[in-house]
Amino acid sequence: MEWNIRADRPVYLQLLEQLEAAVASGAYAPGERLPGVRELAAQAGVNPNTMQRALAELETRGLVRTQRTAGRTVTDDAQAIASARRALAMRSAREFLAAAHALGLTNEEAAELLAAAIREE
Amino acid sequence: MAFLTFSNVTKQYGTRRALANLTCGAEAGRITGLLGPNGSGKTTMLKLAAGLLQPTDGEVRIGGLVPGTQTKACTAYLPDRVSLPQHFRAADAVALFRDFYEDFDAAKASEMLRTLGIEPRQRISAMSKGMQEKTQLCLTMARNAKLFLLDEPLGGVDPATRDYILSTIIRGYNEGAALVISTHIIGDVERILDDVLFLQNGCVTVADSAEHLRETRGKSVDGIFREVFSCLQN
Repeated sequence: MEWNIRADRPVYLQLLEQLEAAVASGAYAPGERLPGVRELAAQAGVNPNTMQRALAELETRGLVRTQRTAGRTVTDDAQAIASARRALAMRSAREFLAAAHALGLTNEEAAELLAAAIREE
Repeated sequence: MAFLTFSNVTKQYGTRRALANLTCGAEAGRITGLLGPNGSGKTTMLKLAAGLLQPTDGEVRIGGLVPGTQTKACTAYLPDRVSLPQHFRAADAVALFRDFYEDFDAAKASEMLRTLGIEPRQRISAMSKGMQEKTQLCLTMARNAKLFLLDEPLGGVDPATRDYILSTIIRGYNEGAALVISTHIIGDVERILDDVLFLQNGCVTVADSAEHLRETRGKSVDGIFREVFSCLQN
């Protein structure tokens, strides 16, 4: 996967966001085995301990799990993945709404814009 | 308890004081960045840890031991300039390291050199400065050392190769080892650091984890570095 890590925010949070998005979008498929911590850290160009911390949090959130023989795999719990996807999409929706409000649009105008964007697609 | 410790270390070169009563450490299993402008004492610290210099005052300890024959056997030191004999071929350098260090993994070194496009028959003298530095870095990282001391590993390497070098460092080093990287090119290195030591005029001015610095100051280590050092100059 493509990583985009900036240095002006905690790296841990960015890793968590990007890993979560990769699982939610299916870039890491359900049940897929993940590379080792060190390999993932090398790919992202980040510290291995930071990557480890992000993966541990992802595990707490039920999106990946550690198996003794198979290493770390993406969950095959479709419901967990769907709810992560919904949470991420909801965040984008809120951001859009906040941006629309900042431009002085009403809720109705924002909804209409979104509908127009869908029609254009 | 840090694996590498400096306790009240002063190093004097004649009348010039390079390190002034310096106390700090680097922990096992973590990557520590030694960050400071030119002449702040970074190279002196690493040479003291490598056992190449003696402190004028204070103590340097590696796993509780005074730097010497015993610590050198488990310390992989990358000097700030290329120290390989110019008439050597890459394969000769691999053989030299194999003879010299018990913890050296020749197969790993050869593999790393190959992925960086360095041929075993290539002479050091026929390599560009960047290639020589890469060769030396591969040899250093192919040791199963407990302490890695890398003095400006990105110095002569072009920006496009830096990411590659950094991932080579991450993939290469012995898990559980303490790794110390000195640099003044902070922007490229900071994402791989656990801990940060800012060095100015032979003193540690900031010692913290990189993530904690970003969280509390809301900017990159590079940004904080610029801020700290512009303050000190005023």
